[in-house]
Parts: sequence; structure tokens; C-alpha cells
Amino acid sequence: MKAPSFAYAKPRSIEEAFPLLERPGARILAGGQSLIASLNMRLSAPELLVDIGGLSKLRDISQQPGGLRIGALVTHAEIERSLDVKFHVPLLAAAAPHIAHPAIRNRGTLGGSLALADPAAEYPACALALNATLILQSRKAERRVSAATFFKGLFETDIRPGEILVGAEFPKVERSVFLELTRRHGDYAIVGLAGVADASGKRIAFFSVDSRPVLAKTAAAARSLEDGLLGLKKDLSPAADLYNTSATKLHLAGVLLSRAWNTLSKPH
Amino acid sequence: MEHAVETTLTVNGTRVTRRIAPRVHLVDFLRDELGLTGSHIGCEQGVCGACTVRVNGEIVRGCLMLAVQADGCSVETIEGLSDSGEMKRLQEAFHLHNAFQCGFCTPAMLMAAQELVKQKKRFSREEIRVHMSGNYCRCTGYQAIVDAIESVIGK
Repeated sequence: MKAPSFAYAKPRSIEEAFPLLERPGARILAGGQSLIASLNMRLSAPELLVDIGGLSKLRDISQQPGGLRIGALVTHAEIERSLDVKFHVPLLAAAAPHIAHPAIRNRGTLGGSLALADPAAEYPACALALNATLILQSRKAERRVSAATFFKGLFETDIRPGEILVGAEFPKVERSVFLELTRRHGDYAIVGLAGVADASGKRIAFFSVDSRPVLAKTAAAARSLEDGLLGLKKDLSPAADLYNTSATKLHLAGVLLSRAWNTLSKPH
Repeated sequence: MEHAVETTLTVNGTRVTRRIAPRVHLVDFLRDELGLTGSHIGCEQGVCGACTVRVNGEIVRGCLMLAVQADGCSVETIEGLSDSGEMKRLQEAFHLHNAFQCGFCTPAMLMAAQELVKQKKRFSREEIRVHMSGNYCRCTGYQAIVDAIESVIGK
């Protein structure tokens, strides 16, 4: 189908973007890989698209005291290729190749994925496992929100009207595992796992199991895989999808936990 | 503000300036406005890959990019890459291996596969299949397409 009519504006600076976002029916356009599909299907009908693609400051990857800061407009392909990401936040580097297909990864952005908060998306689960900090900017101030409170529900986040997600800071965690099960490479995951481990323990997030990514706290605290698998039943109550029952998804989450367990359990 | 936006882009080496309605995606613009009908429209929701074109040297879904977003960009289509001869080996391989039947997906298959050829490396069948997973073909069952690509860059 064809998209409905809308107006289009491309601010040259973030200061120019804020007043545009205050107009009725305004919506941010970043990489557009989910938004333009939903426009074509007429699932959304914004009055004004504010294309932030020209805000070059949001394309940086930089070292910060709190970890690696990645700008909202950094694409999946750039994350896939970045040596900084591979070295400091290997979980993200491992996740990126699972996102759709090369042509989509060339345009889709980190910020777009985090801000949309699709329950089947890879980055929100990575952000949760890493306890990343999301950086929101408004006309007046910058606000920093932890991933644990940022994802509120199905396609629902803590972003307030007038705020732009400008980037995220990911703590440097060396040991990590990223796994997902799909029918074909690039499809949305049936179940996915993003896990990290450091001296303080394991943090394991599952995605495609609920309206938002879920931390499997009981499983992560377990001393053995057997206890972890039992714990998973407390942590997750997956919703069925068109092809998989809740019980299947829970079983598959256990399969992923088994595959990730040894890597995440090695002594530090 | 819903009026057309003046947009200047380079298409297959030729500079083009047009006033474009924001709702028009890149492939509709290329097909309807410029007559470049080699880029096809299948699903129009980013799934099938038939609309694959190059923007600033990288392949993208032409249905998931607004034409106005291409302002200042260099766009290449199957027409341009056929004329330049860049894809000659790949095109001959598709012909030789009978890697298409109806041909609807073929221009985009070539655009996607050329991304691997450009890297000047060798790839396994599995790697080729993973790379090509975003391009659907409803005729061949993919075997012949992978055969053709493998004959050019296979391990």
C-alpha cells in the first residue's frame, strides 16, 4: 500500500528539531525501517515527520566514563563493523547481525530500535542485560534513564513529549552471549537471549516472550543449570504467538539458557 | 507543509532535481518519475527485498526510504549497474545457472549479491544464504541463485 499524506521537515540542528516536535501530530523519523513500513501499511498516520537524519552529532561512538556511548543514529551495520563495539560491548556486536537483513541494517538505527521498543527487537534486551543508560534530550535539559525503567510495555517507553533519544551508554562487559531462534535468518525471534556476566554475577534478558524484554533474575542467580531451568519457570510466562504456544516458548527459552550457561558461568 | 519538497539527488550518475510529495517512497519515485522500472515493488513493507537499490554505495530497501530523504544522495539502480558493467560476471552467472524463472526478484537479487562480490572475498554457501535471506524468490527455490553466486565468489 501507499503511505498517507504527511508533511516533512528536516532540521539541521537539534535546537531546530524541538519546536517542530511540538507541532500537533509530529513524529520523529530516524532510519525509518519500522516507521515507513507502518506508514505504507497505514498503521500510523503522523501529520508531520521530523527527519533527524541530518543531526550528525548523533552518529558518534565515543568512550565515556560510564562505558561506550553510541549515538542514536548509528546504524546496525555500523555497530556490526565497529571495532570499539566488538572490543568493549561484544554483546551488541553479536546482536546486530541478527537484525533483519543487510539492506535494512544499512539504514536502521540504534536509537530507532530502542525508542520503538518492539518486544521482539534485539537492542532493548541487550540494553536491559547490560543495564545501559538511555540519554534523552529536551529543549531544556538532558535526562538519563536506566534501561530497567525505560521499557514500560508494548511499544511503550519512558520518552516524554518533546524529548529526543540522542544515544545510549553501554557499560563495558566482556563476557556475553547473544542467541536467538528464528524460522529463517533475519526473521523476528521466536525467543531470544541476551546475557552478560561479570564479577557481580549474571544478567540474562529474554525477548520475544512478553510485551517488553524480561530479566530472568531467578535463573541468573541459580548455581546450576538445572536450578536455572527451574528458575526460568518463575521468571517467564511467555505469551503464545501465531506459531508457538506459551509452553513451546518456555521450552525454547530453556534451550537458549542451556546453550548460554557455560559461557556465562566460567569463573572470573 | 504537506506540499512537495524540492529534492536533488544523483541517479546513476545523472543529477536530478524534482519537487516530491513526502509520502512518495524512493522506488515509486524512480519508477514513476524517472521511468527506471528495474527496481520492483513487491510487498512495500520491507520484507521481500524486490525494491533493493543502492544509496551512497550501500544497498537499502527502496520502499523503506522516502524519496525526499535521498536529497543530496547518490542513488544507483540495476539500470546503472548493468550499463556500467559492474555486474557483468554476476549477470552471466545467473544466466548460465538459470537462476531465475519469472525474473521479478532478479534485479534485487543481483543488487544484493553484488554486495558480496564487492568485498573481493570468498564465501561459503551458508554465508551466501544468510546474506541473501532478505530477498525472496517465489520460483526457483533459491538453489540455482546460490549456485550462480557461488560460481562467482564461492569458496
